[in-house]
Amino acid sequence: MLRHTADRIPAVLRRPFVQRLSAIAVIAVIAIVIPAFFPSTYYYRVAALVFVFAIAAIGLNLLMGFAGQVSLGHAGFMGIGAYAVAIGPTHFNIPSWLSFLIGAALSAFVAFIVGRPILRLKGHYLAVATLGFGLLLAIVFVNEARLTGGPDGMLVPRPVLFGWSVRGTETWYWIAAISFVFGAALAANLIDSPTGRALRAIHDSEVAARVLGVDVAKQKLVIFIISAVYASVAGSYLAAFNGHITPDVSGFLRSIELVAMVVLGGIGSIAGSLVGAALLVMLPQVLTFLHDYEQMVLGLVVMGVMIFLRAGIVPSIAAALSRRRA
Amino acid sequence: MMQKYMKIAAASIFAACLAVGSASAQVKIGAILSVTGPASFLGDPEKKTLEMYVADINAKGGVNGKKLELVVYDDGGKPNEALTFAKRLVDEDKITAMVGGSTTGVTLAIIPIFEEAQIPFISLAGAIQIIQPVRKWVFKTPHTDTMACEKIFADLKRRNLTKVALISGTAAFGKSMRDQCVAVAPKAGITVVHEESYGPGDTDMTPQLTNIKGKAGVQAVINTDFGQGPAIVTRNYQQLGIKLPFYQSHGVASKQYINLAGPAAEGVRLPAAALLVADKLSANDKQKPVVEAYKKTYEQKSGQPVSTFGGHAYDGLMILVEAAKRAGSWDKAKVRDEIEKTKGFVGTGGIVNMSPTDHLGLDLTAFRMLEIKKGDWTLVSDSGS
Amino acid sequence: MAEFVQFLFSGLTVGAVYALVALGFTLIYNASDVINFAQGEFVMLGGMTTVFLGLAGIPLPLAALLAVIFAMAVGLALHRFAIETARGANAVSLIMITIGASIFLRGAAQVFFDKQFHTLPAFFGSEPIRFVGAAILPQSLVVLAGAVVIVVLLWTFIDRTLLGKAVIATAVNRLAARLVGIDTRRIVGFSFAISAAIGAVAGILITPITLTNYDVGTLLALKGFAAAMLGGMGIAAGAVIGGLVLGLLEAFAAGYLSSQYKDAVAFLVILTVLFVMPQGLLGRAKVERV
Repeated sequence: MLRHTADRIPAVLRRPFVQRLSAIAVIAVIAIVIPAFFPSTYYYRVAALVFVFAIAAIGLNLLMGFAGQVSLGHAGFMGIGAYAVAIGPTHFNIPSWLSFLIGAALSAFVAFIVGRPILRLKGHYLAVATLGFGLLLAIVFVNEARLTGGPDGMLVPRPVLFGWSVRGTETWYWIAAISFVFGAALAANLIDSPTGRALRAIHDSEVAARVLGVDVAKQKLVIFIISAVYASVAGSYLAAFNGHITPDVSGFLRSIELVAMVVLGGIGSIAGSLVGAALLVMLPQVLTFLHDYEQMVLGLVVMGVMIFLRAGIVPSIAAALSRRRA
Repeated sequence: MMQKYMKIAAASIFAACLAVGSASAQVKIGAILSVTGPASFLGDPEKKTLEMYVADINAKGGVNGKKLELVVYDDGGKPNEALTFAKRLVDEDKITAMVGGSTTGVTLAIIPIFEEAQIPFISLAGAIQIIQPVRKWVFKTPHTDTMACEKIFADLKRRNLTKVALISGTAAFGKSMRDQCVAVAPKAGITVVHEESYGPGDTDMTPQLTNIKGKAGVQAVINTDFGQGPAIVTRNYQQLGIKLPFYQSHGVASKQYINLAGPAAEGVRLPAAALLVADKLSANDKQKPVVEAYKKTYEQKSGQPVSTFGGHAYDGLMILVEAAKRAGSWDKAKVRDEIEKTKGFVGTGGIVNMSPTDHLGLDLTAFRMLEIKKGDWTLVSDSGS
Repeated sequence: MAEFVQFLFSGLTVGAVYALVALGFTLIYNASDVINFAQGEFVMLGGMTTVFLGLAGIPLPLAALLAVIFAMAVGLALHRFAIETARGANAVSLIMITIGASIFLRGAAQVFFDKQFHTLPAFFGSEPIRFVGAAILPQSLVVLAGAVVIVVLLWTFIDRTLLGKAVIATAVNRLAARLVGIDTRRIVGFSFAISAAIGAVAGILITPITLTNYDVGTLLALKGFAAAMLGGMGIAAGAVIGGLVLGLLEAFAAGYLSSQYKDAVAFLVILTVLFVMPQGLLGRAKVERV
């Protein structure tokens, strides 16, 4: 699937660290200012969802943009994170914050176990393997009804931190926004670390990287684990925020949606992940006036973005702007 | 750099502003329905029904001097999306009442929002958890799975059959009903001797049915599912030449099942609302005029066979409208109180008698036991076998 | 014994369905390296168009023919207006375009057809053929035969015709293909039309077994994609073998192990096979060029 992308590293990745960090700073400022324009908590909810999904998208973006690996099963990790904060407090009396950490650790562990064999696969074969992995998790969530409530899902207890019950849409907006900025900064940092450089070498050419002494398998595994943790964190937030969770969170269509967020926003662009998430979370809200024609228009928008902004929204616009300046 | 992000932000804000509905002086009724996605055969007739009857009510001058405005959102069967729309109905559209929630998963997810906003919410989903425990603002119109199980078990007892095999879909409806049937079986004197299941979208269930066929002691088979699954199971049942009495659930809710299953559906029994046998009800049946009128209206306007799912939406809307009329206003608390006092309401699903402890108000008489003969529904009398 | 044969029959029935759907992926993949996520929608279009033309009073064989032609037109349009316009975009972007197309086609189907389930009459009746206590429907054999015929046609086409060789040349190296005078654009467009036709034929053949509605393509394409990968992407015989193996796995898992976890068993086996044979059952290892 990624043979063609391997031809060259997206231009955004070549930008220096400082520039990437300034982009994140801009996002942070926007996140702080924008609630002033929200007429109601509905807007807080939509914005919070954008940030939550953007967290998962950044993780997947690291995997796709830097390691050149696609995953069609990433919603599976969201499912692990989501069910961790649901099952932990409900069935085992584990506090939410600890369940959250256990979920992230469990996702990392699962990614570690399945990562090695799965990441040996290439392109489409990797895609189908990750797809199968995601489906396996979804089947477990549906069938282990005693723990998960089955297809109708289960209630997620309100997290309690130091005696303070976390609730309210505004609260979740701030949690999601701060976590996103934090996650984005971490990702930017990672890109400029030795691991990041090794990964970019893998992206350019696996064989060449190996010749230069990069432990390709290990580096891929590391990034796979990191991206799984991002997805898990997003899943936990989604579950705790919604207060109710169904296996739908880990379904195949969610995985595709995550990939779409990354690709539409721009592979390799952290701001792109946010824009991609915003697009796919907000479009169904904006398009409601179309009623029966909503799905058709949604499909056309996805196609249109890819046709006219081939590298994804953010990188394409950035390239167009710099061309004009030059 | 800065410019670029500001532009994106500006575009996002603009897009968000588009989402705001226009204000109106009318009474707004919200509806979150699974119009697309795997549960669209619920949401689609529900939406059509609500639109038809809201238009009809408005043509007659509205209720309490106000016209109704229906705000429908499609959740695609996804609880996360439904939650966002629920927030939007409460915060942006400022609805007075809510009729909807096609599936149990969606309903359970959005209940807290309407409870908190204190808005009357009539759900169209099946599971008993929606009204048990009773929640102040939440009601529902469809019969529960438990009632369907009990109705089937009662019919089995009349035929002196006590050992059954279950084959259920793993999607929400099938799974939920399976759980309820297993739970109430001992009380009804029924033993579930074997269980099988199949996934959504499966296209051949002969392995599962072969196992049931080979299981000694099975006297009857019950299939709990909706959608296309029951039609395929029924065909496979005939393909394998299984002769045991075969029961479907109330998830099989329209003529479409008979069309899809074809001759294989002969002899299949199922509990269903009176709506399916509108033309065969006795002339003194209280429900006859209501179900005949609804069936005629729906089939004429939509060009599709009537389904009990659409009927649930009709019942929900009418219970709400009747309550508002009795309340004499659209005050949310008053309307809620009147919904709870609904007595003797004749709907497509049965005769509804609600109370502070019963937010459904239907009993087993709401279900009719049907048998498919010569490609049509027939009523099984309660006394005979 | 009767049980075993029945599971076998079930596996062959379901497997033949998967095989037919999987076959649709091969040609587009061969010509353009793109996994067409809208392939399931071609299957849906074949079945639904036939159903609706039939309802409009057109005799079913003619309706089926028109449905195939219609699907081909949609395939060509998808290529001409989306894939071709985005020429030069990378494979992930092209795949995303096919995902957009699948959303669009599903949306269009629910508006222009409806959201009900439909069926078509079985070609040779629905009287099951009985064999040592097990039963199989004649339509299952029709689907199997359809898969075999399509494989033979595809193989003959690719190995024995100049046009077929042009498809392979386009897949291997588009620039080189262009240099030797192959109109690669037309070749890729052609592969979209033929793949759409295969999908539509599949949809018509399987509808008497699986039923159809606007949404039926999603799950079928998922299984078909997995089957194609299991057999080895791009190889027609591999698609059929992958489909049959997947169907048999599901049937025997449902019969002997657990009907709840049959899909899980099937995917576990696929994962295991891919770990051992990373190119699928019939695939050959490719060497990455530096």
